[in-house]
Amino acid sequence: MSAVAHYIEEEGVPTTGISLVRENTVAMRPPRALWVSFELGRPFGAPHDAGLQRRTLLAALALLERTDGPVVLEDYPEDAPAAAPEEMEGLACPVPLPRLPVDAAASPVAAVEAEMAVLAPWYELALSTRGSTTVGVSGLDLPGVLAFLGKLLAGATPPPAPGLGLAQTVRFATEDLRNWYLEAASARPGGSAGARVLADWFWGETAAGRLILRLHPICAASSDRTLRGLAHGALVPRVQRHRI
Amino acid sequence: MARLQDMPEVERRHLMSKACAPLPGEPFVHGRRLEERRVAIITTAGLHRRDQPAFLLGDTGYRVIAGDAAGRDLVMSHTSVNFDRTGFQQDSNVVFPIDRLRELEAEGAIGSIARYHYALMGALWEPPEIEATARTIAGFLKQDQVDAALLVPV
Repeated sequence: MSAVAHYIEEEGVPTTGISLVRENTVAMRPPRALWVSFELGRPFGAPHDAGLQRRTLLAALALLERTDGPVVLEDYPEDAPAAAPEEMEGLACPVPLPRLPVDAAASPVAAVEAEMAVLAPWYELALSTRGSTTVGVSGLDLPGVLAFLGKLLAGATPPPAPGLGLAQTVRFATEDLRNWYLEAASARPGGSAGARVLADWFWGETAAGRLILRLHPICAASSDRTLRGLAHGALVPRVQRHRI
Repeated sequence: MARLQDMPEVERRHLMSKACAPLPGEPFVHGRRLEERRVAIITTAGLHRRDQPAFLLGDTGYRVIAGDAAGRDLVMSHTSVNFDRTGFQQDSNVVFPIDRLRELEAEGAIGSIARYHYALMGALWEPPEIEATARTIAGFLKQDQVDAALLVPV
């Protein structure tokens, strides 16, 4: 981001921006940046907190009027609000999941299907409330996502989604599955729990998380270089890899 | 929680490895009062409309987001699995603050909003590899009379 700002400013367009990792911004020295303490993935603080988003945006834009360059780095004073106590109560399990009616180890796809049947009303509520979804980047529908991942898990090489390579399809299919779960989880009462809480729930508690974790060694050992690359950096978050 | 000291060690080490030396030169362009500026958003969150091509691994291209786009029409195909998506899923303004920008325009706090915004994917490239794309976008910004580019990482 700092490099992009540098090149654009060099072309004569004034830039300002958000910094999420202060140490890197200090090293790169972009023309203007506002460091914020917010979580990675939330550069304007918190969802549905228009006040915080607006104040952060104005603070970043205000740097454009500074004349004391060539490097302006300001620290934004506010932190994102902490999760409310009632949200923290659901910390261990943002959506209560029933005992699975199938053997998840023997049939990981069936386990996911059973779990999705329980979560579906929450996903549908999220869809109707927000009027949109982030699911669907793979171009596959959810049964197609599960069929694709199931074949991969069984050691086969399924055909990739139209227009995508194999690794890209794995990447977007797993992302669609994860986004579906997280949209469902965040729709339930108190579902706006912190990002780490939801991530720990997905990777630590759900059949879908376990399915992706089981895919990791398969991709890592693949003869396909792109699948190995995917396993190296774009399948399981660094802070969740201890579960593999 | 983007303070390095609050992060798990594995994440802290990774992020620190991303620090680069500053690029040569120190460009710093002055301009008008904020109330007169035309603002465009440049996001590196890998955002695009569903009918636009997703960002592929190592993608150094860009996608155009129309100035009148609704945040809810955007999806994210960023490579990294190491940052939160749930904030964006609940409210796209937490990544792409287009509604907040429109409010500032209506109040006269900024001059206007650009006709187009731009999305990149901020991963798997070193600064020289994104230079051509950044300079290309700068050309489009100038054609659109933009004099305030807001760069937003994720």
